Amino acid sequence: MKVFNKIIMTVMILMGFAIPSYAEKIVMEGSTTVLPIAQKAAEVYMQNNSSADISVRGGGSGVGIASLIDGTCDIADSSRPIKDTELDKAVTNGKSVKAHVIAMDGIAVVVNPANKVNALTKKQVKDIYTGKTSNWSQVGGDNQKIVIISRDTSSGTFEAFSTLVLDAQKVRPDAVMQASNQAIASTVARTPGGIGYVGLGFLSSSVKALEIDGVLPSKETVLNNKYPIGRPLFMYTNGAPQGLAKELIDFIKSPEGQKLVEEDGFVGLK
Amino acid sequence: MVRVKEKLYKWLFAILAFASLVFLVGIVIVLFKEALPIFKKVKVLEFLFGRFWYPTYDPPEFGIFPLILASVWVSVGAMLVCVPLGVGSALYLNEIASHRQKAILKPLVEILASIPSIVYGFFGMVVLAPFLQNLLHLPIGLCAFTASLILGIMATPTVCSIAEDALSYVPKSFREASFAVGANRWQTLVKVVIPAAGSGISTAIILGMSRAIGETMTVLMVAGGAAVIPKSFFDPVRPMTSAIAAEMGEAPMGSDHFHALFAIALILFLITFVFNVIAEAISRKYRIKLGLSG
Repeated sequence: MKVFNKIIMTVMILMGFAIPSYAEKIVMEGSTTVLPIAQKAAEVYMQNNSSADISVRGGGSGVGIASLIDGTCDIADSSRPIKDTELDKAVTNGKSVKAHVIAMDGIAVVVNPANKVNALTKKQVKDIYTGKTSNWSQVGGDNQKIVIISRDTSSGTFEAFSTLVLDAQKVRPDAVMQASNQAIASTVARTPGGIGYVGLGFLSSSVKALEIDGVLPSKETVLNNKYPIGRPLFMYTNGAPQGLAKELIDFIKSPEGQKLVEEDGFVGLK
Repeated sequence: MVRVKEKLYKWLFAILAFASLVFLVGIVIVLFKEALPIFKKVKVLEFLFGRFWYPTYDPPEFGIFPLILASVWVSVGAMLVCVPLGVGSALYLNEIASHRQKAILKPLVEILASIPSIVYGFFGMVVLAPFLQNLLHLPIGLCAFTASLILGIMATPTVCSIAEDALSYVPKSFREASFAVGANRWQTLVKVVIPAAGSGISTAIILGMSRAIGETMTVLMVAGGAAVIPKSFFDPVRPMTSAIAAEMGEAPMGSDHFHALFAIALILFLITFVFNVIAEAISRKYRIKLGLSG
């Protein structure tokens, strides 16, 4: 029993040492699209720097920016540029908001490799997903029913696709919903009439990426804004970031951080 | 000393026995507490019979009728598979199989029950769905039919082993009496044994059904997930369980969507609760009928 007590004491003392007397603490809040990047970056950063204490919350781009203006978070994650109304509010609150682009979001529209169609316009993709177009022959393919495959409506990829392509109109209700980028790719690969969309990081030879408005999706075309289904992802800070916030943003922009970004299916900046 | 010990054990086991009651009550309270706020925003009838499930749009639509129908279709389909299979194999095991056959077959059926549902889901997604898609020329293999088949196979061991138990509870005297008045084996089975075990078999079927309706992982993987009122068995569907599993991770805590998912869980709980109560009532009646216990 005594030995056991000793072990417990030792462990507790060691734990006491492990908790640093001084820990810098920052809060990140905002877009659920940026959330996986923020979460992973925070985890890796905290592993390497035990004195850092980073808490990451979702909530949505608007929530994050509002918190930044109210001063309840240090970094606001956002999948859209800040709005003028939000900027005005920031100024009245005495905040000067600074934007940092940390990654690009690029979404490829994919079909089965056996499909004759190689290119669609953004309008055609929208019509397919909202239900105006339901047969491949209407867009230059074989006479075959279009099987629409979509991400679950709560996912960040869906949200981006919905904003950039569908103008927030509803996907037809009989669309097949899949829980991950990989599930979409493998379903499209097995479904001759299928159409789906995946983050650029999930393209493979088992599916065919379509040209959209004449541009094939690639890292280059997303980064130079030629490809129409892409957008920058932001982190906003109040003024130039300092201390831990600066180090974290620098970490995300570093080659190591950008590797994490690409692992999540986003497009790295370099 | 011995007396104290005895008392101690008595209390200990009483606490353990009541622990499950505590869990049940806790879960029910949480379900109600988290589910009820949605009904301030959406009327109960609109929620239950609304035709569109668009929880993340602005304005959102919280109609779970397609999800309820999907669960019902898939479960009914599963019943069509597991009742003949399960009851049939129970009859074979109890009435026809030799001791050696039974010694091999019964454990095998039970192993079927121990396969994790994700393995069934994976099998359905990778093997069965593409196979059915090619065989029946479907636009997509992930549909209610595929989900029904897989769920039916999954529920078979439940149905089989409970039905087999029910058959084995039929007193030997029943059979002997039947043979004594000159009935053959088939007549004895159909006219005496099955009616005597009837309520036990019904219990087996109902429990199999509640297993099918509550199954999540498999339907998430093979049912296709389209929140639309199914027109045929070959349409992709989105049963209630898969809607919860797919969306709970992303629904912001405390949002309408979050509460709506809890409300789906509550309805699912009420459905399986009713099933279990019916099963319990039937099996109690059957025990009394056979004079096995009070």
